[in-house]
Amino acid sequence: MTTLEFKAPSPAGGFRDGMRRLVRSRTALAGALVLVGFLVMALTAPLLFPESTLSVTRADGPPFSPPSLAYPLGTDEDGRSVLALVAWGARVSLLVGLGATAISMSLGTAIGIASGHYRGWIGAALDRVTDWFLVIPFLPLAIVLATVLGPSIWTITAVIGLTAWPGTARLVRAHTLSVSARPYLERSRALGARNAHQMIHHILPNVMPLVLANTTLAISIAILSETTLSFLGLGDPGSISWGSILDQGFQAGAISEGAWWYLGAPGICVVLVVLAFNLIGRSIEALLDPSTSDNP
Amino acid sequence: MSSPLAAEVALPSQRGPRLSPGLAYALRQIATSLGTLAFVIVFNFFLFRVLPGDPIALYTRGRAIDAEQLRELRAQLYAPLWRQFLDYVVNPISGSGPSIRFQAPVWEVIAPRLPVTLLLVGTATILAAVIGVRLGIRAGWTRGSPFDKATTSTTLVLYSMPEFWFGMIVLIVFAVGVGPIPGLFPTGGIVTPGVDVSSPEGWLNVAWHLTLPVFTLTVVYLAQYTLIMRSSIIEERGQEYVHTARAKGLADRMVRNKHAVPNALLPTVTLVFLSLGFVVGGAITIEYVYSINGIGSLTVDALQGPDVPLLEALFLLFSTAVILANLIANLLYAYLDPRVRA
Repeated sequence: MTTLEFKAPSPAGGFRDGMRRLVRSRTALAGALVLVGFLVMALTAPLLFPESTLSVTRADGPPFSPPSLAYPLGTDEDGRSVLALVAWGARVSLLVGLGATAISMSLGTAIGIASGHYRGWIGAALDRVTDWFLVIPFLPLAIVLATVLGPSIWTITAVIGLTAWPGTARLVRAHTLSVSARPYLERSRALGARNAHQMIHHILPNVMPLVLANTTLAISIAILSETTLSFLGLGDPGSISWGSILDQGFQAGAISEGAWWYLGAPGICVVLVVLAFNLIGRSIEALLDPSTSDNP
Repeated sequence: MSSPLAAEVALPSQRGPRLSPGLAYALRQIATSLGTLAFVIVFNFFLFRVLPGDPIALYTRGRAIDAEQLRELRAQLYAPLWRQFLDYVVNPISGSGPSIRFQAPVWEVIAPRLPVTLLLVGTATILAAVIGVRLGIRAGWTRGSPFDKATTSTTLVLYSMPEFWFGMIVLIVFAVGVGPIPGLFPTGGIVTPGVDVSSPEGWLNVAWHLTLPVFTLTVVYLAQYTLIMRSSIIEERGQEYVHTARAKGLADRMVRNKHAVPNALLPTVTLVFLSLGFVVGGAITIEYVYSINGIGSLTVDALQGPDVPLLEALFLLFSTAVILANLIANLLYAYLDPRVRA
């Protein structure tokens, strides 16, 4: 008994342990199962529903028919199966959500680290720019950008990515400031490490857990944004996403037809996927900071 | 024990003369807001100048135009960028000319539609804040109870919903009617055509039309107020002054209402004011779904074309509202919590 054993929960060393606890958390597991389900649906859509089922001219069902054995989720105004539409829509919605999040996370992390690390005018300028973009209302900005860039799958991904980064940048900057004050960075500077080396090898690994927890929450926001923009007709006119199905249904008068299955199905998909990402995000947050959250 | 106190006492003498700290803080906040506004104006200008395509074709789409007007338009649209920029900075609201779609100055298009939006979103914000705060207090104070769990999970689901989708479902169920539920409410608009809005009967008619959209928006906004109030009451609940109040033998209700709630309200008050900035642009999709003629559906209309001058003015309006609300929230927060001012 010469040394006092001190066991601190270290985030870096406890990755395995963390994963185990994440799996044991029931909400995170439920979220993951839902996501796997939708992923399978997105990947197998072309096999289960050949592209011809999406063709308006070759649709064989009755228009606006409620759910039946032949059409489990009913049909749209052209007699196409809503189930097929929703399965194909999952592909675009998930792809845009993940792509946009990759853009906003990389931008936000890079700008956040740089604005926290550089003390001079560079840091101040980046911080100011982040502040400005935080203030600009998200939906109007996204609408304007989408209008300016024209509708396509790539622009809608870029638009969401380019409008969603300031929140991440703010978060990462705050964490960078606290990491920068730690002794090992002082040591690194004393040994003559360049700025790029300090940021990539010392700061980035430290902010990564925070970024990852934030990523799952960011994906849910990105998917919601895609749905909203597509609903307003700013998505790719040539491809089907959950938002564009809702747009099409709304334009075709699904509301006055009382076609609840047509508008209900894509919306419930959005809610389930977004909720799943939110639940996983909350569980990761709880792992990183057990004091503030409710579900361990 | 005495050192933190001593530092606090010594502080005022170190500060600059003249300006009181409160005033200095206010001036700094105002300067920051003006800076942000300047950025938004410049950003807004260049954003729309990178539009691809021929601006003449865009501006003249679908209407006859004579040679004289065409020459004038060309002079305006093909003027050097710095020239256009000067025109724009001098008059940011209508610096890009009249609305293409409505053939009228943008302000005349926007102004008559403002009251409807303010009525709709203002009512929903107030309702959501009042209900959300109460739910949040109860859920946070009894953290872990069945009530808390129910509230938190409902909030999470609401958070995961596209608001316009919720609006459409509400519309189908309560305006069109599904199964045994009859359609009780109008499917859109703000008043039945022909009814005088200024009469008591007209008010009732407007209220009847606004019930579903206000309900939708309230439910959508409710989530954030509940969550923030809940987490700030949880934070206050662990504070020492709350333990002290309990130790004095105060009843649980007293501890909650007289001690914890006033402190926990701070972040929520700020959030309410912050969200007031989004009031103006907040209901874009909801107005579209309920065919309410406010500036939200005006924005959707402006997308067709697109009607660049109108869209530019709307974007400026939305951003200015948020900047102004931000400023008010910051000043209010400092007024309510003197610690921020230092």
